[in-house]
Amino acid sequence: MQIDLRTVAIEPQRNAFDHLVRRFGDKPASRYQEGSYDIQAAENLHYRPTWDPDQALYDESITRIVMKDWYALKDPRQFYYSTYTLTRARQQDTTEANFAFVESRGLAAMMVPDLAATALKVLMPLRHAAWGANQNNTFICGYGYATVFTQPCMYHAMDNLGIAQYLSRLGLLLGDTEALEEGKRAWLDDAAWQPLRRYVEDCLVVRDPFELFVAQNVALDGLLYPLVYGRVVDDDFAVKGGSAVAMLTQFMTDWFDETRKWVDAVLKVAAAESDHNRAQLKQWIADWSCRAAAALVPVIEIALGVQADEAVAEQVEAFKARIRKTGIDL
Amino acid sequence: MDMKATKKKLGMKERYRALTRDLGWESSYQDKDAIFPYVNYEGIKVHDWDKWEDPFRLTMDAYWKYQAEKERKFYAIIDAHAQNNGHLNITDARYLSALKIFLQAISPGEYAAHKGFARAGREFPGVGTQVACQMQAIDELRHAQTQIHAMSNYNRYYDGFHAFADARDRIWYTSVARSFFDDAMSAGPFEFMIAIGFSFEYVLTNLLFVPFMSGAAYNGDMATVTFGFSAQSDEARHMTLGLECIKFMLEQDPDNLPIVQAWIDKWFWRGFRVLGLVSTMMDYMLPKRVMSWREAWEIYGVENGGALFKDLARYGIRPPKGWDDAEKAIDHMSHQFMLGLYQWSFGTSFHSWIPSDEDMDWLSAKYPDTFDKYYRPRWAHIKKLKAAGTPFKNYGLARLCQCCQLPSVFTEPDDPTLTCHRETVYKGEKYQFCSDGCKDIFDNEPEKYIQSWLPMPALFSELGGDVGAWMNWVSLRDGDDNGDYDGSTDQKHFNEWRGLATSNL
Repeated sequence: MQIDLRTVAIEPQRNAFDHLVRRFGDKPASRYQEGSYDIQAAENLHYRPTWDPDQALYDESITRIVMKDWYALKDPRQFYYSTYTLTRARQQDTTEANFAFVESRGLAAMMVPDLAATALKVLMPLRHAAWGANQNNTFICGYGYATVFTQPCMYHAMDNLGIAQYLSRLGLLLGDTEALEEGKRAWLDDAAWQPLRRYVEDCLVVRDPFELFVAQNVALDGLLYPLVYGRVVDDDFAVKGGSAVAMLTQFMTDWFDETRKWVDAVLKVAAAESDHNRAQLKQWIADWSCRAAAALVPVIEIALGVQADEAVAEQVEAFKARIRKTGIDL
Repeated sequence: MDMKATKKKLGMKERYRALTRDLGWESSYQDKDAIFPYVNYEGIKVHDWDKWEDPFRLTMDAYWKYQAEKERKFYAIIDAHAQNNGHLNITDARYLSALKIFLQAISPGEYAAHKGFARAGREFPGVGTQVACQMQAIDELRHAQTQIHAMSNYNRYYDGFHAFADARDRIWYTSVARSFFDDAMSAGPFEFMIAIGFSFEYVLTNLLFVPFMSGAAYNGDMATVTFGFSAQSDEARHMTLGLECIKFMLEQDPDNLPIVQAWIDKWFWRGFRVLGLVSTMMDYMLPKRVMSWREAWEIYGVENGGALFKDLARYGIRPPKGWDDAEKAIDHMSHQFMLGLYQWSFGTSFHSWIPSDEDMDWLSAKYPDTFDKYYRPRWAHIKKLKAAGTPFKNYGLARLCQCCQLPSVFTEPDDPTLTCHRETVYKGEKYQFCSDGCKDIFDNEPEKYIQSWLPMPALFSELGGDVGAWMNWVSLRDGDDNGDYDGSTDQKHFNEWRGLATSNL
């Protein structure tokens, strides 16, 4: 039997804010809806930007993707600041425990020295790639249109920074500051890293927020994360006695699984909007993923040697299958 | 800190460097100017971005952890507040006018700051600067969202909250705050930092934030005061960023001084005008008052601001140009503005009212030199008209200042009996201003301010002066959202509900 506490009952006068009633009907709104829909100024903007008078302060037309309503690009995770932060804080607890476990049991020192060296060789330059990703997502958040599309990019940017920092901690743990220095040197000078660095720098001058979303979040990360953290770390290193590395990069694996659902949802809705969008997305994805795959081959080679070509080719097929599910026939 | 000790013991600073500053690199496949295209046109010279001192050293793991802790507490209290009819604990529903103005005019500003800092977090070429801006960008999004969430429950029971998104873009008084943030965002990254990071967050934030949140605490508004406490540590970070930014600019090159000084002059005055809304809230809208606007100005303006500008004097910075005019306006502005709001209350999505005799005595005591002499007689006259059944309403349209967008209700700095009015002719058009400060701002950048969207003329050009159509357009429900608090639905409901909650009738 349930006994209800008695409270003073007062009849609410309305269910939700007007703009949410217009969108979702006359019913109570969720906190995601309250914190995401129509909170960006839309009309009667006062001044043109002095930094580029050709665009408006919030401008839908700076990308080639056309949406009737940008608020259609909903985040399936329904992240607003609070749910985002709580989720990451929980993951941070796990990561912290993983670092503590590896450290307290001296697991790093137990790895075959060659393997530890290879791990550092693959992972340390990626600190900088993650920083590039942070720049790009910050850009999309800053210049993209509509909060439902831009706020996940801010969260993504902070995640990119977090990943760069976890990689740095991994480097300090396995190889001290020298590991970081050597990684940066390789990023700047080694032939194996130049195609990827060029890719990242080329992204930094793309000023179409949606193209940048494709270049960074769809194409590059769509190949890099499963290849590096899946194929190389979780599969190859683990077999060779390098599970400690997998523990230290668990965040990246989990993060990619979670965030790709959002990335796919964005692609799916944008592609379904029009043939124009679908064609544009197809072209961008084809171009950028082709370049990304080529840039990743020498990186994967560091760990997999001659098997790298095959590993990348396999991942490209998986990537294409994934993209096809969003309605874009790659 | 969460970062565990490494083999080589790194100090805090080296560790932060390894985890943050060291992530950037000198590009070679793309030109630096192409990657950071907006960093030069304002004329600020930076020779060495490495000289940037990180105002706080927060890594993402620590950020997530601390912020999540605060979020948990915040939403627990908001939920309890909603569940237990916390809205009945406020002193009086008049208090809600202050919240309605906040939600319509200030929360959208938090969102604008979020976007602006995301842009700055991408456009500055220094990693330290970028990360600090990015953290502020995500914090500002937090503030916009927590404010909306804190006030959402009030919307379910009271008028004036429901159309805040429409009001943000269309109603006349919100364009005071909107034009302020639009102005900052349409400026270059360095000016944006002076506008929001320094002037707003450092010089003016205590005048906005502290009185507002204290007002909430004094008036039993658990939801808003919880937001205030929760945001305080974010604000502390934002203030240190603003200060670091200005010091960095001034230390990098002596040529930066005149540019920065001009921005400080401009943004002090812009901010001071936005604070006109706060003065009115403090002196008139809080049923239980915290302190007068004058007292707040003494503490947070004169003392804190004075100390700040003394500190900056070593760089050659002098107090903002409008400082003396501001000082002269302090004893007048809240009264002038509330009188304005009352006469145009048909067009506001919040209530105003005639202060009670008790309120007026408080105002006399707090403003001994001005209230009885200039403003009590006007309120007395308005009260008489209301008693006679002919309440004072001004359906004429206010003349808005081309710069700050406030109606020209303010007086000459040295003559409180004369309305201040300035004009400029630019390219054959005449433009009106409320003050020398606003006219100067226009004269320095006329091409920017001729673009201002002025809501009053828009009423004429778009809606042919039809007030009913205008109310529909701004989603203002005539008879509910607007007008005198006395006799309003909010008043009726609050008294009824409070009766239900506190008696057995």
